[in-house]
Amino acid sequence: MWILWVVLAIVVIFLLWLWGSYNGLVQARLQVKNSWSQIDVQLKRRFDLIPNLVETVKGYKNFERDTLEAVTKARTAVQQVPEGNIADRAKAEGELGAALGRLMVVVERYPELKANQNFLALQEELTGTENRISFSRQAYNDSVQGYNVKTQTFPSNIVANMFNFKKEEPFLQATENEAERKAPKVSF
Amino acid sequence: MWEQIRSNRTRSIILVALMGAFLVGIGWLLGVGIADSGTGGVVVAILLFIILSLLAYFQGDSILLSVAGARKIKREDHPRLYNVVEEMKIAASLPTIPDIYIIDDPSLNAFATGRDINHASVAITSGLLEKLNRDELQGVIAHEIGHIKNRDVLLMAMCSVLLGTIVILSFYGSRLMIFGGMSGGSRRSGSRDNRGGGGAAIIVVIALLLAILAPIFAQLIYLAVSRRREYLADASSALYTRNPEGLASALEKLAASTAPVKNANQATAPMYIVNPFRNRNASPTDWTSTHPPIQERIRILRAMAGNVSYTTYNEAYKTVKHSSGGVMSSQAAASVPGAAFVAGTQQGPVEEPATAKVDRAREVSNLMYKLDDYSIIDCECGTRLKVPPALRGQTVRCPHCGRRHQA
Repeated sequence: MWILWVVLAIVVIFLLWLWGSYNGLVQARLQVKNSWSQIDVQLKRRFDLIPNLVETVKGYKNFERDTLEAVTKARTAVQQVPEGNIADRAKAEGELGAALGRLMVVVERYPELKANQNFLALQEELTGTENRISFSRQAYNDSVQGYNVKTQTFPSNIVANMFNFKKEEPFLQATENEAERKAPKVSF
Repeated sequence: MWEQIRSNRTRSIILVALMGAFLVGIGWLLGVGIADSGTGGVVVAILLFIILSLLAYFQGDSILLSVAGARKIKREDHPRLYNVVEEMKIAASLPTIPDIYIIDDPSLNAFATGRDINHASVAITSGLLEKLNRDELQGVIAHEIGHIKNRDVLLMAMCSVLLGTIVILSFYGSRLMIFGGMSGGSRRSGSRDNRGGGGAAIIVVIALLLAILAPIFAQLIYLAVSRRREYLADASSALYTRNPEGLASALEKLAASTAPVKNANQATAPMYIVNPFRNRNASPTDWTSTHPPIQERIRILRAMAGNVSYTTYNEAYKTVKHSSGGVMSSQAAASVPGAAFVAGTQQGPVEEPATAKVDRAREVSNLMYKLDDYSIIDCECGTRLKVPPALRGQTVRCPHCGRRHQA
């Protein structure tokens, strides 16, 4: 008779483990989705910051037209990417980032601009925004790793298979731009 | 991560229960010593425990913040600090950004408090804000956010309030007993069977002894756990910033300065990033310290080469401390995702231009003026006049060009 209780206990423990494991997987998957949308939030923030930046810089006479225009053009390009096309969006955002970087380099040649309070505040905001974008990508990669570990290591992979959780989410690459990967050439 | 948090939670419950037991024990003995009623003392102690636990849970963070003299700031007040905190909030995947406070103090320290992930606060001294560059600031904030994420904050907040209670109870209770004992002989009513002075005196002695020892024991329990938490928070900082050198060089600056923190006391000391009572001459294996020795923390952080994860931190810890057990179990360490990074080649803090230091100092002092309700007037010659509230409404002269302004 007591053996019935033992069996019951084992079944209950198994079900509890199943419950915990399943919830863990669901949480990991939701975390991945959440951190993905976080990246969007930060990208949008950069997007909104740019008109202000362009206006501040435009006021300084003799500022290089092309660099400014490159930024504005890159920004419109991001706007024009159709919803849902992740690969193209990533490429467009990468180009916008590169254009902004070039703008910041050119600003170095205008000491009045660098001393302008407005511009300094904007620059800090831009640095903060770029940092936030990288940290949100980092957080996304961390959550992807957490999810992948759960779906692929023993015993939780059993539960993952049972409930058809996707095996693996892709990591975000550090840069989609091949040129950035190569070390910069320094020549004196 | 979940195993680590779960074991933290269990340990918290055990710790709080142990401290509660001390409280009840003291209550009983003091009750017997003062009013001849053990149960009365226990009831009072338990009541006090419950009230204070609730207080600590709901208000612990604001109590500690006001004791430290911290003032809340908004984004406009100090964008750099706000941005750094928000970046770390993103890296740690916190749901909401913690409140940010500044403590007007030239000493270098920072702490985190709050009862859960959604109601947390981070505080930093103005001295530290001036001294650190952006990378180091990020390391320190990441360390504090690590405390929040690892749920150390509730534990430490509650325990510091409970510890304070035990100290207070012992202090007042023992004095009450001494005075009660001196005049108590006449209060012993005739209806009680007076066993004679001997029995009562022994209890008084035991109670006094416990009143002295209990705070010490309670503190020792507290210290052992709090040291472990510091290592874990260091590891979290390295993981979130992907840059252990940032925190390492910040800790170096902290080690070099020994200015005492103005409002720190025994109960709140463990919450700061470094021990506010540290003494340069203290032995490195001082187990009465709330924090592990700074040099050791720096060495462990710098021993993490090529990889940023709890496992790497654990390995570095084992190497530096020559111990077989790490600061966390290997399973718990492996359960948190890590990342590879290429360690920087420099071994020391990054040299920065003097103007950056001046800018930072100016930034912080402007913030402190604003918080102290000074009004800021920009003169045409480029000087920024900071007018104390007492002079408001009067005419002030610019010290550089002599122009008059209305405050």
